[in-house]
Amino acid sequence: MFRLEKRPVPSKAWIIATPVLAVIATMIAGGIMFALLGKDPVEAIRIIFWDPLFSEQFASYSRPQLLVKAGPLILIAIGLSFGFRAGIWNIGAEGQYIIGALFGAGVGLAFYPSQSIFIFPLMIIAGAFGGWIWAMIPAILRTRFNTNEILVSLLLVYVAEHIMAAMSLGLMRNPEGHGFPGSRNFQQYETAFNAELIAGSGMHWGVVAAFIAVIFAYITMSRHILGYQITLAGQAPRAAKFSGVSPNRLIVFCLGISGLLAGLAGLFEVAGPAGQITTSFNQGYGFTAIIVAFLGRLNPVGILLAGLLMALTYIGGDLAQLMMGLPAPAIQAFQGMLLFFLLAMDVLSNFRIRLKKQGAA
Amino acid sequence: MDLSAINPVLLISSLMIAATPILLAALGELVVEKSGVLNLGVEGMMIVGAICGFAIAVQTGSPVLGFGGAALAGALLSLLFAFPTQILLANQVASGLALTLFGLGLSALIGKNFDGLIPPATDKLHVPVLADIPVLGPILFQHDPMVYFTLTLTAVIWAVLKYSRAGLIIRAVGENHDAAHALGYKVVRIRILAIMFGGACAGLGGAYLSLIRVPIWTEGMTAGAGWIALAIVVFGGWRPWRVLIGAYIFGGVTVLQFNLQVAGIALPVQYLAMSPYVITIVVLVIISASKSRAGGPPAALGKIFHASH
Repeated sequence: MFRLEKRPVPSKAWIIATPVLAVIATMIAGGIMFALLGKDPVEAIRIIFWDPLFSEQFASYSRPQLLVKAGPLILIAIGLSFGFRAGIWNIGAEGQYIIGALFGAGVGLAFYPSQSIFIFPLMIIAGAFGGWIWAMIPAILRTRFNTNEILVSLLLVYVAEHIMAAMSLGLMRNPEGHGFPGSRNFQQYETAFNAELIAGSGMHWGVVAAFIAVIFAYITMSRHILGYQITLAGQAPRAAKFSGVSPNRLIVFCLGISGLLAGLAGLFEVAGPAGQITTSFNQGYGFTAIIVAFLGRLNPVGILLAGLLMALTYIGGDLAQLMMGLPAPAIQAFQGMLLFFLLAMDVLSNFRIRLKKQGAA
Repeated sequence: MDLSAINPVLLISSLMIAATPILLAALGELVVEKSGVLNLGVEGMMIVGAICGFAIAVQTGSPVLGFGGAALAGALLSLLFAFPTQILLANQVASGLALTLFGLGLSALIGKNFDGLIPPATDKLHVPVLADIPVLGPILFQHDPMVYFTLTLTAVIWAVLKYSRAGLIIRAVGENHDAAHALGYKVVRIRILAIMFGGACAGLGGAYLSLIRVPIWTEGMTAGAGWIALAIVVFGGWRPWRVLIGAYIFGGVTVLQFNLQVAGIALPVQYLAMSPYVITIVVLVIISASKSRAGGPPAALGKIFHASH
């Protein structure tokens, strides 16, 4: 048998190698799953990971989609990574994303049909505020009453989903929509529409915001005292306390920033690719972003790459559904598997594996 | 609004039905947490239990086999959490989340072929004599066997944890794994068994939803029931009878809001539908704000056990 020996410092080489290994292991395990579903595993993996980027037939459509899907994932995951580093678990980004979209869309719809260059910036502020305020609920409950932020943030996702349904059937319903649920479509409201910035690239303001968030997070994490305090609080809570780091301030900051970024992601999505608030506006980005954050090792640059890879599995999954009838949930299970392999392989970065001598133990 | 449409006897009897799946999952998680492990994958294990139980019951025509299969599926799935966290010392919060995300995907995948089917009915017990008592009869003595099984399970878990040697060992491992290890108890083995027990209970809870409560399979049908079960364990202060009370309160809220919808209260349906979640949050806040130390979490909850020798 083997025995684990804790490394004094996590191995740098393994920290980089484990996500790559995890992706490979997921491809193998996923391939087995696809084979069990009666699909050719090699072809499925090729369609998911290769065709969206390089197939002559689909690449022109899929390549821009890469940024469209990666934008919100990166934006949310960057926010989550702050808290995850400090051991503060916001797992309700999906709810903050929804509320951000509702606030932002609400502001935009309120101004309809007036035209002004100030409307879109105002929507951005409202979206960020919506996500932030929704994240403040678990933050305040945690700091004031010591209520578990994991459960509260998650339960609030269901509350947010119901509010969204109520809004798209009530207050925000398109008055010219012949009674169908769903708000006005921002595609027909130019001032407030989050349009593609460069035609055919998929680049919209949300993607720009994601890149800015990556840079901001990189600087905060590596150059600012706050980044140091967050890391310290996560690795040695007692040491952090003695050095004067206020746990409550960290909770409010980490939940706040992740809510704010998730809210922004929601706003950019509703004003752009999605176009409108509907009863099924959210697509689980808030949950997938958790995988992205871990796959990126909670490191801003890593998250950027992980977000692109995860976006690829979404697009490739759609493509595989179209081309070979791979059921849509298969890709969700595939993404979940990835997180498992990643967490399991973390043992390699934190521990040395030693073979036990027979009889010695 | 017509409140007279609400029949209190029917309300209380359906409250027990609504509470049962959550109670099952919460009891399992209670044992897991008592052994010092925090498994956030309850939702994932429940929904996989729901579809496996449903699929097996539909194929075989036997609800009993369905429930058995669901328990087995939940226990097997929980190994996906047990292996990384207990053997490879991975983070429990993240691994539990992974289990939930994977379980939701897997269940939808299996469930593709079972949309719109109707499961074989589970017979209700009709306890002789007792079931015919007015009021009390319909409330207490005309349910399906799973309701009574769950009540019995609550009593058994309470008794085992409190009075038996096995219960003492589980609690010791959950309070101080280093001390338990020094005494020669196999911490990892005990915890893996507890996790599997939790998985089996969650699977049963899920199957109760798809076979009795609803009874039909829809994607994502647990709708947060697993998370509410986790909250109820906290609410119950890690004590089985209080967990039972918590589950029944939750069941009451669920049934009441549904009845109010039917009675035509002047409020959009969505605001009523969100009330169970809101009330769960409110209850969590009240519990965590009151400083009674009597029902705190096990001391080693969520901590990684690494035997250095």
